[in-house]
Amino acid sequence: MEEKTILDRLRKEFPAGVREISTSLGDEVAVIDKGALLQVATSLRDGPGEFAMLLDLTCVDYAGEEPRFEMVYHLFSLSRNRRLRIKARLGESDLWIASLTSLWKNANWLEREVYDLFGVHFEGHPDLRRLFMYDGFEGYPLRKDYPLRRRQPLIRLKE
Amino acid sequence: MPTRIQKQARQDTMLLNMGPSHPAMHGTIRIMLELDGERILNSEVEVGYLHRGFEKTCEHRTYFSLLPYTDRLNYVSPLINNLGYVMTVEKMLGLEVPERAQYIRVLMSELSRISDHLTCLAAMAMECGAFTVFLYKMKAREFLWDVIEQTTGARMTTSYIRIGGVRADLHPGFDTVLKKAIEETRGVLKDVHGLLDKNKIFLNRTRDVAVMSREDAVAYGWTGPCLRSTGVSYDVRKAHPYLVYDRLNWEVPLGDRGDNFDRYLVRMKEMDQSLRIIEQAAVRIPNSSRAFIVEGMAPAQAIKESRRQRVRNDIALSPNLEGSEEVRYPDILASDKGFVVPPKEETYTTIEGLINHFKFFMRGHGLRPPKGEVYFAVEGGNGELGFYIVSDGTDRPYRLHLRGPCFHIVSALEQLIRGRYVADVIPTFGSMNMIGGELDR
Repeated sequence: MEEKTILDRLRKEFPAGVREISTSLGDEVAVIDKGALLQVATSLRDGPGEFAMLLDLTCVDYAGEEPRFEMVYHLFSLSRNRRLRIKARLGESDLWIASLTSLWKNANWLEREVYDLFGVHFEGHPDLRRLFMYDGFEGYPLRKDYPLRRRQPLIRLKE
Repeated sequence: MPTRIQKQARQDTMLLNMGPSHPAMHGTIRIMLELDGERILNSEVEVGYLHRGFEKTCEHRTYFSLLPYTDRLNYVSPLINNLGYVMTVEKMLGLEVPERAQYIRVLMSELSRISDHLTCLAAMAMECGAFTVFLYKMKAREFLWDVIEQTTGARMTTSYIRIGGVRADLHPGFDTVLKKAIEETRGVLKDVHGLLDKNKIFLNRTRDVAVMSREDAVAYGWTGPCLRSTGVSYDVRKAHPYLVYDRLNWEVPLGDRGDNFDRYLVRMKEMDQSLRIIEQAAVRIPNSSRAFIVEGMAPAQAIKESRRQRVRNDIALSPNLEGSEEVRYPDILASDKGFVVPPKEETYTTIEGLINHFKFFMRGHGLRPPKGEVYFAVEGGNGELGFYIVSDGTDRPYRLHLRGPCFHIVSALEQLIRGRYVADVIPTFGSMNMIGGELDR
């Protein structure tokens, strides 16, 4: 009941930004416009929902679909013991989304990871660099068009 | 490369590398420190040395065959990783797991949790000079691993918890070994409390060192013992109960200061609670009425026999399949036929069984969860261990993402050691329980 009002309020507050609200296997999901992310996230964190924790942040590559990428955020409210998933689609041609580093501190590394593995740019990120891969690594390994067995060692392997 | 700190460092300071190969860096992680004398002005943590493309690999493996990769995430408590993954898939499939299997899962994950905490604190204490504590804890861990090994057949890479249940039933001698392990662990915990709780050297290096505030811990997405050491009561086992945790009696220990010592103490207390859970679960677990098959027909003979007629006798499986006999299936695995490995007896001796076996393992035929995406989390040794799986209806996950708890914890390291001395890095890093396999994936 409670959860419904929070999601409904979200929809009322951002009629243009929130596209769809649904439940998938017991998880609450809100699909939003990428432009509305920062406002929606701020209102979720500071509003009555009190989603104080950013549990996880990742990306999915739907190669062949348009828009191609989908950012997935998992928020958690300690006071209400509720999880919420937010999704936003990004097109390949303008691959950027607002950074959440101003709201949650762990967004820093999480966004670096997504930048590293998918090539998504985060507007407003203070230090957007690769996290797992090394400098000079070409391509984005978790994209579907990156072959599983492609090797690009930093030091030449012995024959 | 730690480029940021190299650009920003002042001219009169010294840059010092800790790691990637440093005995206190638990695996491989690199911390570049900007030092003014012994004081840390700034630091930069570089991760990724153990990145093996876990998520990419999983996209190319079937739901069944990617299970062994999850063993290698948090390699100190592989059973909890198995559990997290398996339960996520079960949530997608809507599988019901038999009660006995649920209790076995609880037993196994608590045993793993204790060995996880023991390993973390053992290493932390050793790096502070308390080598005795290290040896005591490793000894306790051996006893716990004996229990695990006896039932799962492996100490670390277990792959024991399977989609729909567990691979094999508990070993007949389980209770005796468990009792011994609990006794030994209790003794060790008592000794360690005596050695460290009022130890001046240990206190000096941990009390009020690297204090994390509640607000910051939440903002960094900390979970598990590290979050609870700051006083926030959040445990996935209590908040979103899974398996039979809500039927057992236990508490969530909390710290109040959020310093290294609290992180140590919370882990110590949690081990006590885990022992409580294990003791209760071992008593309440529904009995299996089925005795182990001692004398059965040898598999080769059974196969020969099956060419003429249906084999009615008991078949003795090879020792590595001990506990997964067909008669035990109702106890340990879900009844839905298509979702679990068909019993070996049938595979060997009947044509239907062989077909079922092929249907299960053949490319494009095995487990195919419905389209959709799912997030599920269990309480791992370090905190909330979550899996996010996107299914496109085929037999492989379209995308699998792991929420590794120590990723979030280690990302706060730079803040925690700022302004402290070099020596403080060691217990701080030790108390975080960085696990390379889970952090770098």
